[in-house]
Amino acid sequence: MQQNSGPTCPVIANHIKIALVGQPNVGKSMLVNSISNAHLHVGNFTGVTVEKTEVLFDYKDYHFTVVDLPGTYAFTNYTIEERVTHDFLCNEEYDLVINVVDSTNLEKNLQLTAELMTMSKKMVLALNMSDEAEKEGIEINAPYLSQLIDLPAIAVSAVSKLGLDELVEAVIKVHEAPLVEPKLIFSEAVEEEIGHIQGYLDRHRFKAAISNRNIAVNLLQNETKTYRVLHDNPLWTELQPMLIEADRHIELHHDSEDIKEIFAEEYAAFNRGIITEVVKEKKQSIVKKTMTERIDSVLIHPFLGIPIFLFFMWSLFQLTFEIGSIPMEWIDAFFGWFGDLVGNTIAHEATRSLIVDGIIAGVGAVVMFVPNIMILFIGIALLEATGYMSRVAFLLDGFFHKFGLHGQSFIPLVTGFGCSIPAYMSARILKNDRDRLLTLFIIGFMSCGARLPVYVLFAGAFFSESAAGNILFAIYITGAVIGLFAAKILKMTAFKGADEPFVMEMPKYRLPSFKLIWHTVMTKTWMYLKKAGTFIAAATVLVWFLSTYPHNEELNSTYAVQVEQVQSDEEKSLLANKLQVSQLEHSYLGSIGKFMEPAFEPLGFDWKMTVALQAGLAAKEVVVSTLGVLYAIGDDVDEESSSLVDAISKNIPFASGVAFIVFVMIYLPCLAASVVFTREAGGIKYFVYLFIFTTITAYVLSFIAYRVTLLIT
Amino acid sequence: MNILTNCPRGCETTVKKLHATGPLKQRLVSFGIIKGATVTLMEYAPRKSTVEVKVGKTRLALRKEEADMIEVEDAAK
Ligand SMILES: Nc1nc2c(ncn2[C@@H]2O[C@H](COP(=O)(O)OP(=O)(O)O)[C@@H](O)[C@H]2O)c(=O)[nH]1
Ligand SMILES: [Mg+2]
Repeated sequence: MQQNSGPTCPVIANHIKIALVGQPNVGKSMLVNSISNAHLHVGNFTGVTVEKTEVLFDYKDYHFTVVDLPGTYAFTNYTIEERVTHDFLCNEEYDLVINVVDSTNLEKNLQLTAELMTMSKKMVLALNMSDEAEKEGIEINAPYLSQLIDLPAIAVSAVSKLGLDELVEAVIKVHEAPLVEPKLIFSEAVEEEIGHIQGYLDRHRFKAAISNRNIAVNLLQNETKTYRVLHDNPLWTELQPMLIEADRHIELHHDSEDIKEIFAEEYAAFNRGIITEVVKEKKQSIVKKTMTERIDSVLIHPFLGIPIFLFFMWSLFQLTFEIGSIPMEWIDAFFGWFGDLVGNTIAHEATRSLIVDGIIAGVGAVVMFVPNIMILFIGIALLEATGYMSRVAFLLDGFFHKFGLHGQSFIPLVTGFGCSIPAYMSARILKNDRDRLLTLFIIGFMSCGARLPVYVLFAGAFFSESAAGNILFAIYITGAVIGLFAAKILKMTAFKGADEPFVMEMPKYRLPSFKLIWHTVMTKTWMYLKKAGTFIAAATVLVWFLSTYPHNEELNSTYAVQVEQVQSDEEKSLLANKLQVSQLEHSYLGSIGKFMEPAFEPLGFDWKMTVALQAGLAAKEVVVSTLGVLYAIGDDVDEESSSLVDAISKNIPFASGVAFIVFVMIYLPCLAASVVFTREAGGIKYFVYLFIFTTITAYVLSFIAYRVTLLIT
Repeated sequence: MNILTNCPRGCETTVKKLHATGPLKQRLVSFGIIKGATVTLMEYAPRKSTVEVKVGKTRLALRKEEADMIEVEDAAK
């Protein structure tokens, strides 16, 4: 331990704050994970990281803070996530930039690097994916590159953990040394104008945080912030005519009037020069297609592409049900056995009921679905990690477009099958606010993982084992189709307007490592379990309390009188059950349910279903746990049928079950998701719209489903 | 004027001019779609609503409306 012995605290002195910047999907998050053992979300598509995240770690005597920023193709504010990055880089404090680039596509990545070089910030270049580059026969001479542009460039691989220490060492070295301006050279005409302006600023002893050369560059490319600062300076009166003249000169040279395009061309030309110097690539024979191209020729085939995608989805839900239901029975049996075991040791009746009928029945009902949830998560993780996600967006864009949605909406929508919260966040990849809002409104129609238990429960209760998987698939597809039509209606009414362009990068296919998938799935499963053990358990206790109290003594005595009058044991137990049922009906929850029942009567819901739905507003898992508690207490069916599935199929008519599924499919997402929705949409009024919109839609469609099912059965 | 979507699947050609404006143009430019860049038309989605093009080593999905803004050299073959 080092003693704090001076005015400067050593902890502060050795602290380095790093901004991690790069184009999307170059492995920034993965690199942070590899360096610091963090667990940031990694996926093979644009738009995985949409919010800046800070990660802390120590190396030797240094404390590091790494800010993992959303990927950005260039210094523009095209999408919200890009704005996050741009704002951070321009307005916040940090010591150093690590610019992560994809070694297999250096030319495109250097385009951003060149822009970063005009910021007069300390910077280190991380040439990531060097393992992949090697496989593809691409060789980058990193030391020579460093020398050419005066920036330390380190070959690293986040996957095979190569060069990580060198990278951190380089960061420390750059941090300790004074700033070295990187070398970025423009065409003759531009250099001449830069020289003029820089000379002028130098002569007038102008000093700012960035070098006068970079000020000149930024003025020439119309960078707003620099412009604003200089605009208020007395020098501006003389600078302005110089700039106008310079612009004219440059535009003449480039035969274009778009200064941004001109600078992009300038950067591209400079980068091409660098590439020819430092990159050696084994010429692959022209006929040989890359792996990605071969896979794509099947997966995005104009005719086969969509059927293949549907087949994958169908298989996923088949597996979810088929494989998931095997351990499900064991878990169910386990909680039944466990409840009895615990129940027998507790003498106090109310405590026993709280623990067995409340907590164990409720949490057990939620935990039972862990296997199904895990299979679903594996499916989504594969979709994300392989690069298939962007292909599906490509295939579906035309179709989505007809419904007023954007192909890239597919990414938040698919994420929504896992959980709505990250889905709402990832809608940030959409540029246009109208499209983003529209997508936000539709995400709820993609049934999240927490709704899966309700479906599995009802599919299992009403359909044969072999059909249940198909039913599950049908439920999800129906939800998505309803969502599309809702989108169409919203687009024609609330969100009228021009379409957002669709420009999306398709990453190369990557075989995800088992570890990565395992990790993603385990993290999400663990979150589900943790929620079951905390939030859901608490909600369950509340539901138990509300459904057990108040005890109506009058009822007790009436039944006691009746019990004395009958002889057979059979009749006695029948009466005891009746007593429980009427106690339940007179409980707080029963009263609430009874009060609301008339409103849901047209949909065929009894008061228990009504209550379960309302409880589901807190979290969708609570629907199942509430049903678990209500049917455990009011166990009015014969003794041996202890499982929830049986209770459902005996107590709920088929048509009501269908209507219930439809309602769950559509109505308001859980509390946490609603909060995120409100934040992302930008105001409480949107939440009110969402509430009205989902409730009406759910009610109407559920009513139709009920009536139609009654007619046809 | 020859536009990108006139090309058949698999054709390789050179960008002549970009008719987009504003942020869309900047985005295309940042992907390397600039004057003189070589682009290859990789694949059409069903009913040609969306196209996949390759610029350098980058594969891009563009909607037909966007792809139509890319003017290319007259097809040689
Ligand atoms: N082969 C290889 N793949 C990598 C490497 N780094 C990241 N990836 C993969 O690249 C994809 C994008 O990674 P991610 O960290 O999400 O990129 P980000 O968008 O820049 O944060 C993922 O599929 C990673 O598995 C690497 O060094 N080598
Ligand atoms: Mg990331």
